[in-house]
Amino acid sequence: MSTPERVITYGEAVREAIAEEMRRDETVFFMGEDVAAAGGVFKVTVGLLDEFGEERVRDTPISEAGIMGAGVGAALTGMRPIVEIMFGDFITIAMDQIVNQAAKMCYMTGGQASVPLTIRTTIGAGRSSAAQHSQSLQAWLSHIPGVKVAIPSTPADLKGLLKTSIRDDNPTVIYEDKMMYGLKGPVPDDDDYTIPFGVADIKREGSDVTLVATSSMVHTALKAADMLDKEGVSVEVVDPRTLSPLDMDTIIRSVEKTSRAVVVDEAYRSYGVTGELASRIADEAFDYLDAPVKRVGAMDVPVPFSPGLEPETIPDEAKLVRTVQGLFHDVAV
Amino acid sequence: MSESLELITTSSDEGTLPLPEPQCREIYDKMLTIRRFEEAVLEIYTQGLMRGLAHLYIGQEASAVGICSALNDDDYLTSTHRGHGHLIAKGGKVDRMMAEMMGKVDGYNRGKGGTMHIADMSLGILGANGIVGGGMGMATGAALSGKMRGSGQVAVCFFGDGAINQGAFLESANLASIWSLPVLFVCENNHYGEYTAASDVTAVREHVAERAAGFDMPAMVVDGNDAVAVHQTAVEMVERARAGEGPCLIENKTYRYRGHHVGDGDPEKTYRTQEETDTWLAKDPIPRFARRMLKAGMVDEAELESIDADITKRVEDAVTFANDSPYPTADEVTDHVYA
Repeated sequence: MSTPERVITYGEAVREAIAEEMRRDETVFFMGEDVAAAGGVFKVTVGLLDEFGEERVRDTPISEAGIMGAGVGAALTGMRPIVEIMFGDFITIAMDQIVNQAAKMCYMTGGQASVPLTIRTTIGAGRSSAAQHSQSLQAWLSHIPGVKVAIPSTPADLKGLLKTSIRDDNPTVIYEDKMMYGLKGPVPDDDDYTIPFGVADIKREGSDVTLVATSSMVHTALKAADMLDKEGVSVEVVDPRTLSPLDMDTIIRSVEKTSRAVVVDEAYRSYGVTGELASRIADEAFDYLDAPVKRVGAMDVPVPFSPGLEPETIPDEAKLVRTVQGLFHDVAV
Repeated sequence: MSESLELITTSSDEGTLPLPEPQCREIYDKMLTIRRFEEAVLEIYTQGLMRGLAHLYIGQEASAVGICSALNDDDYLTSTHRGHGHLIAKGGKVDRMMAEMMGKVDGYNRGKGGTMHIADMSLGILGANGIVGGGMGMATGAALSGKMRGSGQVAVCFFGDGAINQGAFLESANLASIWSLPVLFVCENNHYGEYTAASDVTAVREHVAERAAGFDMPAMVVDGNDAVAVHQTAVEMVERARAGEGPCLIENKTYRYRGHHVGDGDPEKTYRTQEETDTWLAKDPIPRFARRMLKAGMVDEAELESIDADITKRVEDAVTFANDSPYPTADEVTDHVYA
């Protein structure tokens, strides 16, 4: 018996997840800059203020460290706050509160304290927002023990992971790609629909090469897979969905089947998610590999403003196709 | 002091002791417990039984005890790297604290936090904090939580003169004020941020508390070595906060008799003068309070000695308890990363 589905957008998935969890649990509340009266700069939280009122849906000052700190304190003392940081770039201002406070409270107190705090923020370039509104800084918090990190690529994944995160007793961060808020997709029609953290999803099955892709890069990878399919290369696309915890088992099983892997993430290529994933595949799946693990990421330059420059810096399907082709040219098939 | 800043400077009449006897006894007991505990910390640190850093609270006891004696058990508190006094004042147990100092499994945090991170969630102690200003957001959030739950709880945020220059203060004070949150920002101005005089690095006319005017909240400058004055101020501000009238900034003027941390040299030979320290030693909060109890006829010299002996024994027992407790075993190292 399958659950009926509805088609909604990635942005609507955010709104539905928050509304459902706020109806379910009165300790859940939501705060951030412009999230209440204006419904958020991306308009994804329109309507929440009307339903829940200004006590539980709060417009805050432009004060990232302050609101994150308040979120940590409220989470420590019986509430389940959802804090929105409008642009992931601004999370840098709240880093002490996440990295030194929220992430470490449970451990440092020997398990006495828990911080059921959900942080929603955005990533992604592509709208000429320039260097301070376009970064994909998901590696930063994935580096920190004590924080859980989700990076959903579809409305269904976003809704399920956000609901799980609100119910989780740990600090969690949801990285939403701002270019995907209008993306439509089927979502199970069930108020209790959730997705566990640490379970990757195979977005397309294939047999010749594994593309491990995150967030918007899942869609880039799917386009590349279509193009490669016409050349007779069968691509499997694996979406880890959460970076911490990370489901390496699914990735390794895929590589065992395909013997080749390319990792793609929209963040700067150096010292980031692609480096971590490629290293772990090389380490844990070495015996299955017929070619070196390749990785594709953004250029190591600040994201430029000009429409003539920005697309150059972001991974696209053509680059993925070339990278995959390289694997087969370098290695006798 | 400019009147436009609406600062209230508070100290109490030394000739009186306007609090009930049981409360006076408790205040004295807590202050002396802090003093003896810190002296024991100094000793175990010097003996090599404690590692890391030890930031002693000696000299500031009236601040912690004066404030915490105005709180309920379920009120919240955030503390600092110099936090031992706040924890004892809020009801922390000296044996479990001492075990935590030594990284032992019977410590409050099972040895995982140490001196700068002791917490007792059951007493509303949300933790000491190794980041200067690190507890300000947390206290503000705890106050928001109490307000949203309608619990009547207040939160006290202890911090030093150094933290008043952190951005976290501005952001937290602003939030607390716009939302009328029940939080008391308590600045313990011991006049030095680590090894630098607060007056050299803080843009105020005279008092740190002047900053409150920028956040539309009341401020009080208190003789922080006068437990009665601190207590009376706290009672008034806690009542105000519980009534929904919002946050305040209390500046307790005090002094740490020791250095920034144990083993960092002699402050009087580097960044402060012996004359200044002597002036403050003459205002030591514990003998001051004892004199008032004696004058009020609540105790005599013999009883003061027996109180001290009892406390000293309790602290010695705590050291023994801590020494006897084992280190956590290696299999615990991955516990509690996640709840």
